[in-house]
Amino acid sequence: MMELLMNYFSYPFVRYAFIVGVLIALCSSLLGVILVLKRFSYIGDGLSHVAFGAMAVSMVLGIVQQKMFVIMPITVIVAVLLLRHSSDSRLSGDSKIAMISVGSLAIGYLLMNTFNTSANISADVCTTLFGSTSILTLSIEEVWLCIILSLAVIGIFVFLYHQIFAITFDEDFAKATGLKTEFYNFLIAVIMAVIIVMAMNLVGSLLISALLIFPAISAMQVCKSFKMVTIVSALISVICAVAGLLFSILGATPVGSTIVATDIIAFLIMFIYGRMRK
Amino acid sequence: MALITCENVSLGYEGTAIVENLNFTVNKNDYLCIIGENGSGKTTLMKSMLGLMKPMSGKILFSDGLKQNEIGYLPQQTMVQKDFPASAYEVVLSGCINHLGFHMHYAKKEKKKVISAMKKLNIWDLKDKSYRTLSGGQQQRVLLARALCATETLLVLDEPVTGLDFETTKQMYQLIDSLHKSGITIIMISHDPEATRKYATKILFLDHEIAFCDADEYFGRKS
Repeated sequence: MMELLMNYFSYPFVRYAFIVGVLIALCSSLLGVILVLKRFSYIGDGLSHVAFGAMAVSMVLGIVQQKMFVIMPITVIVAVLLLRHSSDSRLSGDSKIAMISVGSLAIGYLLMNTFNTSANISADVCTTLFGSTSILTLSIEEVWLCIILSLAVIGIFVFLYHQIFAITFDEDFAKATGLKTEFYNFLIAVIMAVIIVMAMNLVGSLLISALLIFPAISAMQVCKSFKMVTIVSALISVICAVAGLLFSILGATPVGSTIVATDIIAFLIMFIYGRMRK
Repeated sequence: MALITCENVSLGYEGTAIVENLNFTVNKNDYLCIIGENGSGKTTLMKSMLGLMKPMSGKILFSDGLKQNEIGYLPQQTMVQKDFPASAYEVVLSGCINHLGFHMHYAKKEKKKVISAMKKLNIWDLKDKSYRTLSGGQQQRVLLARALCATETLLVLDEPVTGLDFETTKQMYQLIDSLHKSGITIIMISHDPEATRKYATKILFLDHEIAFCDADEYFGRKS
């Protein structure tokens, strides 16, 4: 089996897939801790559907090569708007997210169907939603973009760790003691959009929330402190991503769903372990 | 010496005023209790003093060296916090956030502050315990220690004994009283007439009529 793996690793696209997979798993698990604790899980889910809608727009415009320039700005704007108005508004937060989420999904599919530019529409939709093969077709430019963005995200988490904790635990207190909470919320929204768009390549837009939520929840089953939750969540996510990728290569299974399946197994293990310790 | 002065302050949401023409001062070493029915604007007033929302009109002035970001604040607990996976130490440390600036780590001075606040409130032995596994009274003391890290002058408390049992409530009030005696100014929203009567030195009564006076006067006591 080792030999088979070595053989696979001699292909650049397999190496790219591992680099990108590990980085995205790491970033999304860090962000996931914030989202889960701030009760924002559904915003991540909604945004991934917005990214799908934006992807459809770029396909219709016939600029699939430069799709990032369409998807990234749209997702960032929606993320900023959603976080800004999550607390005070006539429409309650979760119904607004549900509307945007299902709306973008529907409009996206409608656009792709009406302005059909490719021969195999259902394969296109399937790829965008479940990311079936896109991680194995990455170009070297995409890999570099992913590396740079991931390093930026990780850097922000390391440098602003205490601010992020203060905002996640108690936004009012943080604001009352002089922290610029609007700025940090804006930053979180931008990071969220960036990670979601990157993760679309790995698991597809439907499974992004799994990558965000599962490692964080798994870590929370056993960890007592915020620091440990963050570290364990990152570890679980990276291990699951590597295991999922290996399994999907050896077993010829779809990459995204295989990674999520290993995340589910990790959650079950942590859940049972957490219960047994009590 | 006045720490906070409210001049003709009106508070409310979306153009509808709840409280109008509010005038009062908080002096150094006051123990001010804000009382009144639900919806009379107590929490709104507190949020305005903390800079979380703007008053519709009028001014809230800080003086005597008090900066807005040096108010220690004990909010009511939210559902999110009740099962938040953070150690008690991490929560208290986050009270120092206004001293962090652009540094990546807290300095020794802040860490000493955390230790002294936690020892003062008798929760140092809980430092590695997870916040979500603490009892209601312990959680309140952790949040109080966090507030102490943010200030040396003024504590603002929003119904600090909500959900606590009789004995813990008594302890909490004694703690706040000892902080007051050590020279910290207290502003407290209170639903507890007995404690208000016992500890307050000033009363702000919010209703259709606004009353601001000495506690002795309010309760008809001779000073």
